[in-house]
Formats: sequence, C-alpha cells, structure tokens
Amino acid sequence: MDFALNDQQKMLKKITREFAEKYIAPVAEESDFNSKLDEKVFQKMKEMNYFGTCIPEEYGGAGLHDDTISFCIVTEEIGRLDASWGITTGVHCSVCAYPIYKFGTEDQKQRFLIDLAKGNKVGAFCLTEANAGSDAGGIQLSAEKDGDEWILNGSKIFATNGGIAKTLLIVAKSGEKGSRKELTIFIVDADTPGYSVGVKEDKMGVRASDTSELVFQDVRVPHENILGKVGEGFKLAMKTLDYGRISIAAQCVGLGQACLEVSIKYANERTQFGQPIGRFQGIQWKISDMACAVESGRLLTYKAAYMCDNGVEYGLASSMAKLVASEAAMKAAHSAVQIHGGYGLMKAYAVERYFRDAKVGEIYEGTSEIQRMVIANRLLRQGANIL
Amino acid sequence: MKIFVCIKQVPGVSEVRIDPQTNSLVREGIPSVTNPFDKNAIELALTIKEEQNAEVIAISMGPPQAKEVLREALAMGVDRAFLLSDKAFAGADTLATSYTLALAIKRILKGSKDKTNYLVIVGAQAIDGDTGQVGPELAEELNIPQITYVQKFELKEKIILVERIFREEEIVIIETRVPALISVLKEINTPRNPPMSGIVKAYKKEIKVLNAEELKPDKRKIGRHGSMTEVWKIFVPERKGEQIILEGTNEEKVQELCRNLKNDKIL
Amino acid sequence: MSIFINDELCTGCGSCTETCPFVGIEIIDNKAVITENCNFCGACLDACPVDAILIEKKEFEVEKIDLSEYRGVWVIAEHYKNIVHPVVFQLLGKGGDLAKELEVNLTLVILGANFDERLEEFSLHGPDEIIYIKSPILKNYYSDLYVQALIELINENKPEIILIGATPTGRDFAPRIAKRLNAGLTADCTGLEIDQTTRNLLQTRPTFGGTLMATIRTPNSRPQMATVRPGIFNSPERSKGKTRIRKIDFNFKEKDLVTKIVRVIERKKNSINLEDAEIIVSGGRGVGSKENFKIIEELAEVLGAELGGSRVTVELGWLDQDRQIGQTGKTVSPKLYIACGISGAIQHLAGMQNSEIIVAINKDRNAPIFNVAHYGIIGEIDEIVPLLIEALKKELNQD
Repeated sequence: MDFALNDQQKMLKKITREFAEKYIAPVAEESDFNSKLDEKVFQKMKEMNYFGTCIPEEYGGAGLHDDTISFCIVTEEIGRLDASWGITTGVHCSVCAYPIYKFGTEDQKQRFLIDLAKGNKVGAFCLTEANAGSDAGGIQLSAEKDGDEWILNGSKIFATNGGIAKTLLIVAKSGEKGSRKELTIFIVDADTPGYSVGVKEDKMGVRASDTSELVFQDVRVPHENILGKVGEGFKLAMKTLDYGRISIAAQCVGLGQACLEVSIKYANERTQFGQPIGRFQGIQWKISDMACAVESGRLLTYKAAYMCDNGVEYGLASSMAKLVASEAAMKAAHSAVQIHGGYGLMKAYAVERYFRDAKVGEIYEGTSEIQRMVIANRLLRQGANIL
Repeated sequence: MKIFVCIKQVPGVSEVRIDPQTNSLVREGIPSVTNPFDKNAIELALTIKEEQNAEVIAISMGPPQAKEVLREALAMGVDRAFLLSDKAFAGADTLATSYTLALAIKRILKGSKDKTNYLVIVGAQAIDGDTGQVGPELAEELNIPQITYVQKFELKEKIILVERIFREEEIVIIETRVPALISVLKEINTPRNPPMSGIVKAYKKEIKVLNAEELKPDKRKIGRHGSMTEVWKIFVPERKGEQIILEGTNEEKVQELCRNLKNDKIL
Repeated sequence: MSIFINDELCTGCGSCTETCPFVGIEIIDNKAVITENCNFCGACLDACPVDAILIEKKEFEVEKIDLSEYRGVWVIAEHYKNIVHPVVFQLLGKGGDLAKELEVNLTLVILGANFDERLEEFSLHGPDEIIYIKSPILKNYYSDLYVQALIELINENKPEIILIGATPTGRDFAPRIAKRLNAGLTADCTGLEIDQTTRNLLQTRPTFGGTLMATIRTPNSRPQMATVRPGIFNSPERSKGKTRIRKIDFNFKEKDLVTKIVRVIERKKNSINLEDAEIIVSGGRGVGSKENFKIIEELAEVLGAELGGSRVTVELGWLDQDRQIGQTGKTVSPKLYIACGISGAIQHLAGMQNSEIIVAINKDRNAPIFNVAHYGIIGEIDEIVPLLIEALKKELNQD
C-alpha cells in the first residue's frame, strides 16, 4: 500500500497550487463579497482544463477519468483557496460532466460532454426541490411523454451552478409504479424555451458559487436526451452522488487544510503573555485535533477515490469520506476562528470566510444525517467486516 | 525548424536561508524548481512553434531528479525532452556544461534534413549560479551567433529581430539569422501554466536519457576534468555588526532607534 | 580529484549534510554517502568533527600549460556613445593593486573608433599600457568583433589576468572568449585577491542570490578571467605616470558581421540614483497599499533619503520600476537602509545587504529581514513609521 503521491500527482498538486495562489487567491474575497466568480479567473480555469478534470482527453478533458485521486488532489488545491471555486468546478465535473461520460450515449457525449469538459458551458445537477431535500422521493417536477419528446414542468431549488449552467441534468418524475415514483434523468439545454432561472440565493457562505432556483414551464426535451433509460433516474442519481461525494469531500479537505495553515501561522506569530500563543496547550490541542480531523478526511477521500479507480464498489467509502471531511472542515474553521480570537471575526482575515464557507459541506450532496443513515444501514445489513 | 531550449533544475532560491545558529545552509524542505528564466525561454520557443510550425526540444543536464523540469516543459507543450545524465558529467562548471549540451544538440541535429535550420533559446542566467555564461559558451561551441539579454523577439523567415538591453537607458534592436542562440530576460513574456491535460500527457511521453556512452564526449572536456574553474571555498557572508531587536512600547522602540542611529553617526 | 568517506570514522552525525550547498552528501543507514551532485568544494571536510572525509586534490590528468608564460593584468573597456562605463575605472583601481602585488604591468584594452584624444586622460588612471584597437565599426559594440579582436590580442600577449565589467556587455563577450580559449571565467565578482604562494587569482562572488559566497580559482588555465560587479571597487586617484600607448588598426568589414544593429532606442534618463544614495527608505508588501506609501515617502523626505521598494511593490504598481531594489532590480549600499514591511526574501537581500546599517520594521517577528538588520522593530508600519517621523523631526531640528 503506497501512500505516497506519484510524480504525476505531485506535479498536478504543485501546478494547481501555484495557479490557485496566483489567480484565485487574490480575488477570493472580492468574489465572496460580490457573490460572483471572477470572469478572468474563469477563462484561466478553462485554459487549465479545470472544467474537464475527470473527463478523457478525447472529449476535451484533462484525462484524469481513471485517476480519481488526482481529481481529488486538484479539487483540494482549488478548494484550499476558494471553496466557491472548489464547489463550482467540483460539481460541474463530478455530477454533470462525469455522469454523461459514464452513462451517456456517444451522441450525447458529442453534443454535451465536449462543451462541458472544455468549459464552454457550465453544468449542473438538479435533484432538490422545495419538498424534496433529503427525501428524494418527494420530487414533483414531472416529465410527460409526448411523441418523441418529453414535457417537463415544475421547479428545482438550491441548484449549484444553476444560474450559470447551460447544460443541466434534471431528475424528474416520469411515472409512478404504485406508491413508488419512477424517476428519469434528462439532459436539458438552458436555451430550451420554457426554461428559466428564478431566484439566485444570497447565501451565508460559498457566496460566489451560484445557487439558484430553476423553473420549467412546458420545457420540451427530446427522448434522445434521457441519460440512461426511462425509470433509471434514481439508480443513476445515487451512482452519480456516490462519485460526487468524493469531490465534495476533497473540496472540504482543502478548506480544512487552509484553516489549519492560517491557524498555525497565527499561533506562531501572535504573542500574548510574553510568548507565541502556539505554546499554550489549549491552542496546541486545537491544532492537533484540526490536523487529525483534516488528515482523516483526506485519507478517507483518497481511499474512496482509489476504490473507484479500481472498480471496487465505493458508495460506503465515499459516504464516510464526505461525512468526515465536511465535519472536519467545519471543526477546523470553528477552531481557526477561535484561535484567531477577535481577528477571526474580522473580514480582513480570510478565516472569517472559511467559517462561513465550511457550513455548506455538512448539508449539501447528502446531509451529515443522511450520510450517517446510509453508513449505518450498510453496516447493520452487512456487518463491520465490510470496512 | 528545430528550437532547442536548455533548461536547469535549481533550488528554489527564495527558500534558501542560512541558519543563524549553525551558520550553514538550511536545506530541509527546499523545493527544486525550473530556473525561472528558463520558463521564459520555453514560453518563447512555444510561441514560435505556434506561429511557425517548429519542433521544440528541451534539454537538461543534471542528476535523474532533473527529469521533473523536463516533465514540466513537456506539460507546457514542448515536443521532445532529453536528460543528459551521467556521473561523468557531474561537477561541471559552465565550460564543461556548455560542451556537453552542445554534444547533445549536434547529435539530435544529425537526423535533420537542414542542419542549420535551428535556434537555441536559454534563460539569461540560472538563479543558483547567477553566471549567465552557459548561453554564450554554448553558442561558441556550436559556432553560431549569440544575442544575450533579449527582452523582445521576432522571427521572420530565418531573420531574427530582437530588442536587447544595453544599459538602463538604451535598448538596441539587433538583427541576425538562424542558426543563432538567444538568451532571454523575464520581461520577454509570461510563461504559460501547464494545463492539466498537458501534465497528464507529459507523463505519457518518454524522456530520453543520454549518458556518456551515448554522447561519446572527449573525456577531458566533461565534468570535473573539463572544468577550469574550481570552488576553493564556500562561506557565509559576514554580517556587519551586532543585531538588536528593540523592545518596549512603540514610542520606546522608536526613541531607542534614534538614539542608536545618532551614536552610529548616521543622523 | 576524488572524495571518500571513511566509514569506520563516520558517526552519521550529519554535520556534513548541513554544510553542503549542493545536496552532494547524504546520510544513508547512519553513514555519509556522496551523491552525484558533489562539487568537491570541501565544505563537508571542514565540518566533519571526526575527520572522516578525505578529498584528494590530485591534479587532473590534463595537459599542463606553461603558466609562467602568462604575465600581466588586463582591463577590457566598454563604452557607449564614447562614454566609458565607470566600472572600467574601478577595475583599473583594483587591477592596479593586483598588478602591483604580482609585480606585473597593468594594461587597459579599449576597442573603439574615436578615442585618440581620450587616451591621455585614461592614462591618468594608472595603466602601464593602453592598447587601443581602432576601427570605425567599433563605434558600436559587436559581440563577434570584440571576441575576434581580443582573442588575437590575448594569444599574442598572454595576460595572466583579465578583468571585465559584469555588465550586459561584459557578460556577453567574456564567456565567448573564455570558451574559445578554454579558460576559466568567474562571473560577477565582488572580491579579488592574489594567493601569494601560487600567484593564482582568488575570485569571490555571491551565489544563491547572495546567501552564500564562493571563492573560485582557475589554477590550470590562463588567462584567469573575471567579470566584476560595478560599484564594488574604487577608481584610483589620478596621477601622472608613464603609459605606453599601442594603437592597432583592425580591418573589420561590415559584411563580416554576424549581427546587425538596426536601431537604438533611448529611454528617458531617470533622475533617480539609488546606487549613489547615502540613505534609502524602502517599502515592501507590508506597507499595504499605494496610498499608504505616503508615510514611507514622508519618512524618506525627513531623512533626505531616496525611496526604494521590493519587487512586489513594483509588480503591484505602487512604485516605478526604477525604484526596485533586489536581484532583478538595483544593487545599493547606502550608509543607512530602512526596510519597511519588507520580509527579506533572498532576492531583495541580494540588492541591499551590503548597506552599512540596516533597520527593519515589520510586524512578523520571523521575517528573514531581521537576520540581516542591525536594528529591528517588530510592529505595524502604520503605528511605527509615523512615530519615527515625529522622533526624527525632533532629532533633526534639535541639531
């Protein structure tokens, strides 16, 4: 078991870190304030292939489709400097582009995947509705067959990238089998008549990441735009989220790492009572706990990535990774603010933003409560030795 | 047309520090990087390649770990990369280094139809040695014209037009023809970041390693033997005088400083 | 030359790895091992507490040249628009000292078109001989012409030492000459000495941006060539002496030139002269913003100082390029250098560490600038600098 990064991974990490420090870091605060990603950075991210990290080169991506660990490394390095970017590209790549790569037809890949991988179009994956958060069964957006088209009606909320996406994966109710809803995933082009973006949310954290309401009024989607088969929506959504959780976990690890770094720097610099506060046990324990939590999240994330790359079923692993990494990030951010004392509350210090950015990790892509349920159910069913 | 870019792996000089207690170099955790000027050289080569359809070949002389900088060059977009590595090459000063690099270039040119249709681009100097000598010495080995300290470059049909720094107040525009060697300053361009697809592709490419057996050098001209300069000793520059961190309130510190400067007869 | 570790004596203490600047030695399984990067500099030898390292300084099996044939110290001049670069006179000063010690002649070599009238003036700076290579084409600097003419002259006259200014011009032709002669060349020297026993020139220069000094020698090749950093040595006092003048007409043809000068662009001469300033007040990233530089400027004004800055302040547009101090900016050596909000990265230190007194003001107690500062104040720029301005105003008014 080799825990060391190979040369390619080391270089990806180094180059992404240098890139992020040079371009993303200087505008992170402003982007947060304006709730908008920087346009110039966007262009540079495109040039660097960050919109196609986990997509093969033949479709315009970076070619890391079979190297999820590298995908995690890259996402972590981006998330380290700006969680909003980490989420934007993380979600775009892992739950919009990747499922099309994995489950789409060649025709769909040609029509949608290439533009997504090159960053010409931003992607989103929309499951959540007003009445369907953790309870995916509550989905009401309907899809009715009409000849060789389907008509979508309803709305989605809290769609990450929703307001800026041109290609969207929409999970819709396409039928009912008794009490069970039948779900189908449709690839929807934002230029389709009847589709509109509703309210853009004004959020506590990850403010530069777009979170919007989407409205569908008699939106006609060709049958060829169905991802997989009719009725496969739930299955594919779960598989998609399994993969997506890995990238979200990586982004949380990045945030946790950032909190750890600024805390260490501050603890070494700030003197009170005649010495750097890093000499006080109270602070030391916080640092230690943060580091252990972040590193645990990182290792679980890499393990899930490793299992994914080796064809091993990884749903449980990615669930654990997301749970631990997101809670580690929140814990790290909380400790980081505390270590900074009064300065931790001031906008002049990045740690204030980290705190606000960390919270979403525990909620989206399956809340921590849902993750605990998923993990527990698996273990209770299959026993502890599946770990 | 072939464009040779000679690059070097150097310690990240900004991280290099002397430990004030032991008075020796602190070497832990110092990353190795591509010499920054060399990145400008690679960028220029790639720009020419994009405009004029050339083949860009990166060469580096160094220990096996120098493969990293060649990898980065491949990731930026160079076509081929060669590492010149052999124990016999070690300990080389600029004379021996330029000799060895020239051998590799001549060897690679052997396969070309037009052996005079090439350019050599190097960075103005390496940030560890700071000599800036390898460029001109390499040009001499290859018997081609050189233009150093270039901050602007144009190539039209084998005619090279450059802006060269002469002094602070003067820039000279010089013309020469291919084949030639150019050494570039940082002002010439902004090196591109290697995109991730470039990095992934770079690790799929082979970096050919050329050792002494392959290059068949004159043994008297490589490595230690070929070096006319030798390091007699290395020492840490003495810091003049004592160092005092002033204590107290801000007012007290400032007063103390003024007092000291007065005593030192500066004020 | 070979180096070996006596395993029986080696304790694996690692003192050698700490002194080695080249990653040329490492500890494996508690014993020191030489790596490919070893440069035979000998730093580890001195550091080893148990004398476990041995370097055999055997002479190379290279053809020996007759060193005694080479005599004399040469200084090669460079000029623009008939103005000779000041470093040339500085080299005549130092070169003169070296020549005296070696008991040989000091020769000034100048290639140009219009220097006939000036030769007498140059002779006042002490050379025993001036060789003037004359050709109308040499009004301008041409790399290949300088190399061609100087090679002929050197082969004919065999000087033992050649000093050239470490300017873009000097650093352009010197290496080419060195290569053609297979002679050792040391770049950007800040120290020159004669080793009495061997008559070898010991050339000291900064490496790693100035963190480490290296002394180089070229015992087996002649001439011993060095490019020398401007501003280190002093021009000699003018004195009338006997100077032999040799004029050589070189027949260069325009068509033989491998490079053509198309045009010269003059940039406006700036009135900022940091190199000669006695006091410099300098600001870095810690100043915070362009607006905040006002207090730094005020401090400079109170002291009658020049204003300088680190590279980052120029990149951020807070200061003009010509105020940049550092490895890629200007090298300064004032009596007093006040660094405000400058962390002290190597590249900046390279430009100012020879200042007589260095004062550093920075809020980060771990900033490397405090390692070179004679007086350090840990504090916020916004708080300290205004106080300093007030205190200085009082001080200077009292005088």
